[in-house]
Amino acid sequence: MSRFLFNRLLGMVVVLFLVCLFTFVVFFVLSPDPAVQICGKNCTPEAIDQIRENLGLDQPFWTQFWTFITGLFAGRTYGTGANAIECAAPCLGYSFQTSQPVADMIVQRLPVSATIAIGAAVLWLLAGVAGGLVSAVREGKFADRFIAGLTLTGMSVPNYVLALALQFLLVVTLGWLPFPQAVPFGDDPVQWFANFLMPWIVLAIGAAAVYTRLTRANVIESLQENYVRTARAKGLSPGLVWRRHALRPALTPIVTIFGMDFANLLGGALITETVFGLNGIGKLAADSITKNDQPVIMGVTLLAAFLVVVGAMVVDLLYTAIDPRVRVGSAK
Amino acid sequence: MSTAKDTAAAEPLLRVRDLTVAFPTAQGPVEVVKSLDFDVARGGALGIVGESGSGKSMTSLAVMGLLPKGAERTGRIEFAGTELTALRERAMRAVRGDRIAMIFQDPLSSLNPYYTVGTQIAEAYRSHRRGVTRRQARAVAIAAMERVRIRDAARRVDHYPHQFSGGMRQRVMIAMMLSMEPELIIADEPTTALDVTVQAQILDLLAEIRADTGAGLVLITHDLAVVSEVTDHIVVMRDGALVEQGSAERIFTDPQEPYTRMLLDAVPRIDDEIGLLRTTEEDR
Repeated sequence: MSRFLFNRLLGMVVVLFLVCLFTFVVFFVLSPDPAVQICGKNCTPEAIDQIRENLGLDQPFWTQFWTFITGLFAGRTYGTGANAIECAAPCLGYSFQTSQPVADMIVQRLPVSATIAIGAAVLWLLAGVAGGLVSAVREGKFADRFIAGLTLTGMSVPNYVLALALQFLLVVTLGWLPFPQAVPFGDDPVQWFANFLMPWIVLAIGAAAVYTRLTRANVIESLQENYVRTARAKGLSPGLVWRRHALRPALTPIVTIFGMDFANLLGGALITETVFGLNGIGKLAADSITKNDQPVIMGVTLLAAFLVVVGAMVVDLLYTAIDPRVRVGSAK
Repeated sequence: MSTAKDTAAAEPLLRVRDLTVAFPTAQGPVEVVKSLDFDVARGGALGIVGESGSGKSMTSLAVMGLLPKGAERTGRIEFAGTELTALRERAMRAVRGDRIAMIFQDPLSSLNPYYTVGTQIAEAYRSHRRGVTRRQARAVAIAAMERVRIRDAARRVDHYPHQFSGGMRQRVMIAMMLSMEPELIIADEPTTALDVTVQAQILDLLAEIRADTGAGLVLITHDLAVVSEVTDHIVVMRDGALVEQGSAERIFTDPQEPYTRMLLDAVPRIDDEIGLLRTTEEDR
C-alpha cells in the first residue's frame, strides 16, 4: 500500500512538473512582451527595461523557469534594494492588471467554484444514478425511452444556451428566482441557494445525462451476472437485487470518472460562471485570458492540472476502498 | 385437497407435468424443454442427466420461476401441494430460497465479489425471516458455515468470495442455501467447476445434508458418475425431451434407450478395454 502511494505521488510530481514546463514555454515563447503591457501607454524604453529586470524577463529561459519553480515552494523576491517585493510561497507572481498576488486571487475565488462544483456534483450524481438505474430496470419500456430522450437532449444542448434559456425562463418570464446576486451564505441562505441553483442545474444537466447512460449500461451488464441470479434464487425482493447486487458493482467505474469530472469542475466552470456573473476560478480565467494577464492564466492552469492529478489519485485510493478484490489483493 | 395427511406422505414433493419452455424467435417458438414429466419423492434424490444444451438447466430455472426474459413456460409444477405456475411473483419469492433452494455451477461468479460471504448468507435469511437482527443472522451464517465444515467459520464469515478456494466457495453456496432449511434443493452442475477430489467432498456433503434434513434433492449434471453416487432416481434428457427415466439402479444396469446406453459407455471405467471414444453422432 505504501509503495503504491509512493509511486502515485512520484507520478503526480512528474506530471505537475511537465505541466509547469509546458505552460511556461507557451507563455514564455509564444506571448507578447509582458513588460510592454505593464508599462502601458506613456512608456519609455528605460521603464520597460526596468520592468524586465524586476520581473527577471532579461534572464535566460531556464533561469526564469527555475526561479518560477522555486518560487512555488520557497517564495521569491522581485526587484532589488528598496523596490524589492517579497512574494511568499506558493508564489505564482502578480497580476499584470491588478498587481495582486495571483495566489491570493485564486484563494479568494476558490470558495465560489467549490460551491458550484459541489452543488452540481450532488445534483448530477443523484439524477444520473437514479435515472440510470430506472432505465436499466425498465430496459426497453416507456420509462427507459423517456429517459433516453431526456439524456439525448441534455447532452446536445450547449451550456451557454441552457444557461441563458434558464435565466430567461426562471428569472425574467416566470420570476421564480431573483436576479443573481452574490450573497454570502451566512447573510441570507435562501437568496444564496436561489443564486446558485441555476448554475448547479446548468452544469449538472450535461453530466447527469452522461452518468445516466453510463449507469444504465453498467447496471444492465451486472444484471446478467451469475450472482444476480443467485440473489434472485435466494428470494430477495427486486429492490434489494437491484440496489445491492446490480447497482453496487455498476458504481465502481462511475466513481472513477466522477473524481476526474469533479476535479475538473473545481478548477472553474468558465462558461457558466461567466454567464451567471459568478466570481469563481472560471470567471477569473476568462477575464485574464481576454486581458492577456499571463501570471493569472498560468496560475489557473496549474491549479486545474493540480486538481485533476490529485483527483485521479483520490479515485485510485477510493477504488481500493470500494472493490474488496483490490483492497485485500490475493492475500488469504 | 381435503384428503387426510396419510395420502400426503405418498404424494411427491415435486410433481412436474407436461413442462414446456419455449423461446419465441422469428421462425416461431423454439422449445428447449419439451413436455417433460417427472416427480421428486419426499426425501428423494433425482438426477437429471444430459449433454449440455439438453434443457437440464432450463428445467431447473423453470421450477424456480427464474427463466430468462422472453421464455414461455407452460405445464404444471406442483410443489408440496402448491401449483407454482399459478403463484404471483411475490408469493413465488417467498418459496424461492426459503423452501426451494438452488446452487449453481460456478461458485465464484455466483457469489457477489463486493460483499463478504457472511453478508451474502445472512441477507437471504434476513429477507425471509422478519424481525431477525443483524447479529442473529450473522450467527446463523456462522453456524451454516460450520455445518458445511468451513474451518474457522467465525473469522471466515467476514472474508470475501475471492479469498476462498473453489471447493470452499461451493461450500459457502451450500451454506447459504442450508441456512434456510429448504424442503427441496436444486443443484445445477454443482461440481463441474471443481477438481475431482473436491467434487467427491461436495457430493458427500450434499448426500449428508439430505440425510440429515430429509430435504428432496434434484441434481443436474452431464456426469453420470456424479448421479450414480448420490441419486436414487434418474431422468435422462436429450434436446429438451425426456429419453427415459427410472430408478438409478435400473438405469445403470438395464438402460432401455440406446442414448442412455451411450451415455453410460462414455463414463470411463477402470475395467474397460481402451477403445475409441464413442460420440453421440454415431447413433443418429
